[in-house]
Amino acid sequence: MAGTTPFWGTPERFEREQVAPIGFHNVRLVDPATGRDETGGLLIERGRIADVGPNVTADVFPKGTEVMDGRGKVLAPGLIDMRVFTGEPGFEHRETIASASRAAAAGGVTTMICMPDTDPVIDDVALVDYVQRLARGTAIVRVRPMAALTRDLAGTEMTEIGLLSAAGAVAFTNGRRPITNAQAMRRALTYARDFDALVVHHPEDPDLVGEGVMHEGETATRLGLPGIPAEAETVMLSRDLKLVGLAGGRYHAAQLSAAASLKTLRRAKEKHLPVTAGVSINNLTLNENDIGAYRTFVKLSPPLRSEEDRRGLVEALADGLIDVIVSSHDPQDVETKRHPFAEAENGAIGLETLLAAALRLYHSGDVPLIRLIDAMSTRPAALLGLEGGSLEAGRPADVVYFDPDMPWIVDADELSSRSKNTPFENARMQGRVLRTIVAGRTVYDYGSD
Amino acid sequence: MTIAPNSPPAHFPHRHLLGIDQLSPADIANLLDLADGFVDINRQVEKKLTTLRGRTQINLFFEASTRTQSSFELAGKRLGADVMNMSVGSSSVKKGETLLDTAVTLHAMHPDLIVVRHLSAGAVELLAKKVGCSVVNAGDGAHEHPTQALLDALTIRRHKGKLQGLTVAICGDVLHSRVARSNIGLLNAVGARVRVIAPSTLLPAAVDRLGVEVFRDIRTGIKDADVVMMLRLQRERMQGALVPSVREYFRFFGLDAEKLALARPDALVMHPGPMNRGVEIDSDVADGPQSVIREQVEMGVAVRMAVLDALARNLPNA
Repeated sequence: MAGTTPFWGTPERFEREQVAPIGFHNVRLVDPATGRDETGGLLIERGRIADVGPNVTADVFPKGTEVMDGRGKVLAPGLIDMRVFTGEPGFEHRETIASASRAAAAGGVTTMICMPDTDPVIDDVALVDYVQRLARGTAIVRVRPMAALTRDLAGTEMTEIGLLSAAGAVAFTNGRRPITNAQAMRRALTYARDFDALVVHHPEDPDLVGEGVMHEGETATRLGLPGIPAEAETVMLSRDLKLVGLAGGRYHAAQLSAAASLKTLRRAKEKHLPVTAGVSINNLTLNENDIGAYRTFVKLSPPLRSEEDRRGLVEALADGLIDVIVSSHDPQDVETKRHPFAEAENGAIGLETLLAAALRLYHSGDVPLIRLIDAMSTRPAALLGLEGGSLEAGRPADVVYFDPDMPWIVDADELSSRSKNTPFENARMQGRVLRTIVAGRTVYDYGSD
Repeated sequence: MTIAPNSPPAHFPHRHLLGIDQLSPADIANLLDLADGFVDINRQVEKKLTTLRGRTQINLFFEASTRTQSSFELAGKRLGADVMNMSVGSSSVKKGETLLDTAVTLHAMHPDLIVVRHLSAGAVELLAKKVGCSVVNAGDGAHEHPTQALLDALTIRRHKGKLQGLTVAICGDVLHSRVARSNIGLLNAVGARVRVIAPSTLLPAAVDRLGVEVFRDIRTGIKDADVVMMLRLQRERMQGALVPSVREYFRFFGLDAEKLALARPDALVMHPGPMNRGVEIDSDVADGPQSVIREQVEMGVAVRMAVLDALARNLPNA
């Protein structure tokens, strides 16, 4: 069914639709919202979770239920990816919302949050409407837009935060472009506070980045590439956190890369400032050495840093200091990537490999499975005020069913994204999505793919 | 030891010359030996050989360089190759043609050797992956310039009789210098002691990890050096961004007779050219008895002949 189904439906429509109930039993239920990590069953009816728990067995499933024996498998709330760049509108040759949603479904992502860095920039109510309408017509997973925090992402005048929120924007961000003007940032945070809007920022001082294209250090020096110091991040993060103290708005650092940022973040959290932080799956599982002989598919912003930085980020994720993992899915094509390293664009696709790559941290014993799911589903739902992120009865039936052990090798040609710039090309993975369900309807099925 | 040209080839186990870091000390010694022989030939009236007869060599320069390009051109011609120069300015990049488009176009012309200079680190390696012939790196960004390091080594070896154990001070804009990186790599491989001297703004991060001693003061850095290599300082880097002014730079880091007197009395003065007289080097020193700067140019042709010859021996139908 999945992959070949025409993309006509919407999650809302699935809920009304007559789809056969799906029941899982003997499955490992991992639900960070309730702290549940135990074997049991779960029943999906009419787009919602009807029943869940250790006592839910095949006997209680109604007639006509599609029954799944989940021995050795995991059932978790569907992933919510807070940082997805599509190419629509403006760069459809790289990725459409439809193709990104197929990649999301294959990766166990049931809600993707689209960035406003499109052409035109999503900085207006009509454009928020447009993206949502487009998603309703073409996407097979839920799609919610983040709107631009400043007009045209120019970093100066704020957008209509109230109206955009009412239109469906789940948060406000300047996307890839940091806001260098501290006054503009202060005002945006202050104003956003009145609407309880979340401000998501990529803290990286462009002047300190300068011509830099990778982590500053021995590897960059040997490769003859200009470096980006960790201070490009820590300086702007410190500024932002001080401004949050002044203005009080809810602030989320989109993706941290440097271990040195973590102390600053911890201090702010200890002061009970309304701050949270994310990290890209790439910075958790790769480091600067993966650049090897100038591999542009791992040219990223923020850059991959040292192994010490990576270890620091993993520890911070495990103890909850870092709240969220994102894929930072950023499709780039041959035109923008097949260049000498310094001239290539930043960015890597990641929707489809997000869960498998994250499971590396589970298999290595660094992060418990329930914390990984928390960081990729429950915490994002809470931050963005979404209904998903939980397996509780009554919640929308957005779930991912996966085999945490199945080995596979990433083949870029088999990925659903229109762009093939995966940093995990030919990588060995352990753990594979078997089925992704959105609003009770199967949108990806490994068996039939 | 000198090997006459066209003597049984020393084994050179590489398809391309992309950087010094791919060469073993034996590879380096073999290339220098081969080059020594070409020096003698280049001083004869009859300089033309037939080693590369029938071969096509393309010099593909994305960044203008009169010296390096003519040196490679002469080297190829003296070995009997047909040499074509292509200067691809930034204009064709603006037209949207990527480096790889260029590579595919060139590949279709069936060259045997391509000599490439590009302003981006790693660009030559990228191109080498897409063509069927041998590729020589004539400088890629701040990464490598292997033939420069080889010609410097040849110049030093002919004067000092050895490389091992010598103290070589490299002074100037190490941050942006591919010449410095290739020389640091080569000199370390052959057992020389390498120092770098520069203001901290012109030193790359973790430079000490490359196997060099770091000095911020030229007077201590140059002391008892056997060789002083000066690096070119680009004009645009002199006006406040990385160093405050030309006169300040010359005062503290420019090589003049007084500073040179601190090195060993027989120290060689070198410069990869083109020189900024009165910026990194004083004319008196540049043209003085210790200067081997003009000889470096001569060695450049011989070393490039050796590299082209060694690579061509691995080509199909060689």
